[in-house]
Amino acid sequence: MSTLFEEVRPSDGGAGDAVPVRRVELTVNGERRAADVEPRLLLAHLLRNGFRLTGTHTGCDTTNCGACTVLYDGVPVKSCTMFAVQADGHEVLTVEGLATASELHPIQEGFKDEHGLQCGFCTPGMMLAAKALLEEKPNPSEDEIRWALSGNLCRCTGYQNIVKAVMWAAEKLGANVESDGADDAGDDAGGEG
Amino acid sequence: MALDEIKIGGLGASRRRVEDNRFIRGKGNYIDDIALPWMLHMEILRSPLAHARIRSIDVSAAWAIPGVRMVLTGDMLAARNLAWMPTLSYDTQAVLATDKVRFQGQEVACVVADDPYIAKDGCEAIVVDYEPLPPIVNPSQAKAPGAPLIRDDKTGQDSNVVFDWEVGDREGTDRAFAQADVVSTIDMHYPRSHPSPIEACGSIADFNRATSKLTVYMTTQAPHIIRAAVALVAELPEHMIRIVSPDLGGGFGNKVPVYPGYVVSILASILLECPVKWIEDKSGNLISTGFGRDIYLKGEMALRNDGRILGVRMHTDSDHGAFFSDAQPSKFKIGLMHSAFSCYDVPAAHLTAQGVYTNKAPGGVAYRCSFRVTEAMYFQERMVQAAAADLGMDQAEFRRINLVRDDDFPHRTPWGFLTDSGQYGKCLDLGLEAIGYEDFLRQKEEARQRGRLLGIGISTMTEPLGAGNSREYDILGIKMFDSAELKVHMTGKALLRTGAKTQGQGHETTWAQIVAHELGIPAEDVLVEEGDTDTAPFGMGTYASRSTPVAGAAVAMVSRKIRAKARKIAAHLLEVSEEDVEWELGRFSVRGAPDRGVTIQECAIAAYSNMPDGMEPGLENNAYYDPPNLTWPFACYIATVEVDPETGVWDVLRVVAVDDCGVRINPMIVEGQIMGGLTEAYAMANMQFITFDEDGNCIGSNYMDYLLPTAWETPGFELHEVVTPCPHHPIGAKGIGECATVGGPAAFVNAVIDAIGDTGVRNIDMPLLPDRVHEAITQGHDVSGAPPVRTEP
Repeated sequence: MSTLFEEVRPSDGGAGDAVPVRRVELTVNGERRAADVEPRLLLAHLLRNGFRLTGTHTGCDTTNCGACTVLYDGVPVKSCTMFAVQADGHEVLTVEGLATASELHPIQEGFKDEHGLQCGFCTPGMMLAAKALLEEKPNPSEDEIRWALSGNLCRCTGYQNIVKAVMWAAEKLGANVESDGADDAGDDAGGEG
Repeated sequence: MALDEIKIGGLGASRRRVEDNRFIRGKGNYIDDIALPWMLHMEILRSPLAHARIRSIDVSAAWAIPGVRMVLTGDMLAARNLAWMPTLSYDTQAVLATDKVRFQGQEVACVVADDPYIAKDGCEAIVVDYEPLPPIVNPSQAKAPGAPLIRDDKTGQDSNVVFDWEVGDREGTDRAFAQADVVSTIDMHYPRSHPSPIEACGSIADFNRATSKLTVYMTTQAPHIIRAAVALVAELPEHMIRIVSPDLGGGFGNKVPVYPGYVVSILASILLECPVKWIEDKSGNLISTGFGRDIYLKGEMALRNDGRILGVRMHTDSDHGAFFSDAQPSKFKIGLMHSAFSCYDVPAAHLTAQGVYTNKAPGGVAYRCSFRVTEAMYFQERMVQAAAADLGMDQAEFRRINLVRDDDFPHRTPWGFLTDSGQYGKCLDLGLEAIGYEDFLRQKEEARQRGRLLGIGISTMTEPLGAGNSREYDILGIKMFDSAELKVHMTGKALLRTGAKTQGQGHETTWAQIVAHELGIPAEDVLVEEGDTDTAPFGMGTYASRSTPVAGAAVAMVSRKIRAKARKIAAHLLEVSEEDVEWELGRFSVRGAPDRGVTIQECAIAAYSNMPDGMEPGLENNAYYDPPNLTWPFACYIATVEVDPETGVWDVLRVVAVDDCGVRINPMIVEGQIMGGLTEAYAMANMQFITFDEDGNCIGSNYMDYLLPTAWETPGFELHEVVTPCPHHPIGAKGIGECATVGGPAAFVNAVIDAIGDTGVRNIDMPLLPDRVHEAITQGHDVSGAPPVRTEP
């Protein structure tokens, strides 16, 4: 057998022109982005490797774990099971788009305050699934939260604190809505409705 | 004025976690988030067969794919003496198969390419010609006369037996059984499971030819051990190897061993002189990396009519897969299985163990447990329930009679461990009170009258956590101590590094709390770093709940060394003798003149600007901690269930957990650990297992087959605590990360067995899938062994 050094082919700077490429244009976290991609490229990989938004994690490759969950036109999808080209012309929200420069999203605050994460790997997907829920149901019951998060697996926390984190966020968001209204009635109204 | 320890984030503060600040923003730094310039990507081709001879491997089509940079096979590794590597249990494991494949999913070839998609294309293009051999998928097949020899590569290996091992007092146990009024027996199987962190394994090897330095970013719970292993396997000088373990997306024991993907990525980087990244996919992780359990347990208990246990006999048949690569202290062949019955007063016990090779993935790891204690405690608590039933005794009362009493410590366990403290009866009583034991028994009886099946299961156990003391615990000869290094900067801020490696346990938060407790430096002023072997002190890493017992103790000890030096500086600043200096949290003062004092921060700046004559400048130190004993947390887990007799489906009604892990550094994090552990316990009792069909196909190599519980089915948990400080740990803490996974499964299974008690069924092996429970109820017999694989009609 020849030595490995002879077997190594000098780099041609990439896969060459043989691979077909499609242009995609999409809005990611409010910003217009464009990329030339292989048609088979998964959305999760475009976000991670193309745009360096590495908060979207890939955990299982089979659409079970939900670590790659992003909001696609506001709907939670598992970005490891979508092609990047399918996102052409659509809006994507990733975990990096949850906080503003100065302020955390209440869901992020809730996860920290209620110890809703340990290793942190499932957390971005969990938080985006929770965001979609709270937009649809601002005051969810525990069962509604558990059902809404049932497409996202966590191995560390046991879910109880994740559920509490989402409730925490619901209360905070509810209080924000209250105080954005006519009077500042304080935060004791949270959780009603 | 004394500092408020809780306010500065000291011992007992439920301090919010520091690491969360990056995780909630998606700014963690996991292995796949790291990108180095000119990095290439590696994928692994795995065997589709469980047992087969390799006739030939044709890689030419892979080479024809544009963007493929290297194709590696076993022959190429063999030419460099790298086709086999040593395991953590003094065996060898194939890196890439040369002669045979020995389990489905075994690594056969690797392709390195410009991107991972091309690398995968390359793997698809490789043609391997296999000659199938008969597969062996359980211990009885492995031991059958004429069974094919799996390890024909090993000279002198003429059977599939890996080891025979025993511990305990055979004659004394025989005498105990001779005196027994009743002998209770039980046979059970603890199915193969997988720790399955959501993040799989991966590495980026970066060899720099110019400097001869090898940097490896990799998913490891024990970076220093890996550095030593790489030095030995790759024959590279250890000081030119740097292992960096970045943020880990969970570990649970899965990220302790050395896997072929790591080794081949290192070789590829050396040969290609550029960084090579390998990111394992989920099926690769589940089918090939360190599993947990997979063991048959058989036991007998000698009993007196009054309920006292006289002796225990135990035999285990463990299935180690194709290579014996269990990650455990080297002198114990079946881990700490002999820690069973440590919480009970059992006069005599004897354990025999046999391990075998099969055509399954290797790497029995301590899956969220301290080396087989999960199997030990499951066996113990199932045996205890069966014995209570045989005696016609209440299961709580039977435990109470046999638990070691508070005034019996230190206590020598039946297999020779020394337990040092505990309030077992108090834990049990608190659990019974919390669940409303007597009320539940009444409800259960009422429900029974109406044809409904309610059950209650108890599990009480103490487990040895925090390996270990170096007299008895080593891995390949390296003693199981751990370390901490503390640097207090001149402004009073500090940098702490340890030899442990967090994977979600929150070390960055809790270690700072220990420093705050010992020195009065606010926790927020202490930066904690782990996982980089170029900067962290040598340690054995994080697994088996050893971080707080060992590395955490080292943090306290190094803080005390710093305080001792600061005391000398304080005496100098206060112009009194050292004996006249008194310590209160964060401050030294003059005895009898408490207003005259200096803070720890003032001592810090003086260490760099105004030290006493002759004193070495600076305020830095390290500590290597060799614990005098293991720590012995105790727990009582109680579950209540309702079983549907029509379907065999069981629902959890309530779960009560009483944990005594000694002093709690951060109660919020401790409770998080317990809830996580209970969830894995529920998972194992209910759904989570990996099995194999008769051809050796792995059923459970993806999340569609390997079921993990979601938020929907996971029950709620009610947590309680008892605090018995560990007598030898500097701050009285014990391990906790794994207790609930260890003790929890028996509570669920005992509850289901209790619910169907009228059927006379003694045992259903995990997982308690509805069809297995239904079979037990309708047929009135035990349901044993690995769940059969359903074939499509």
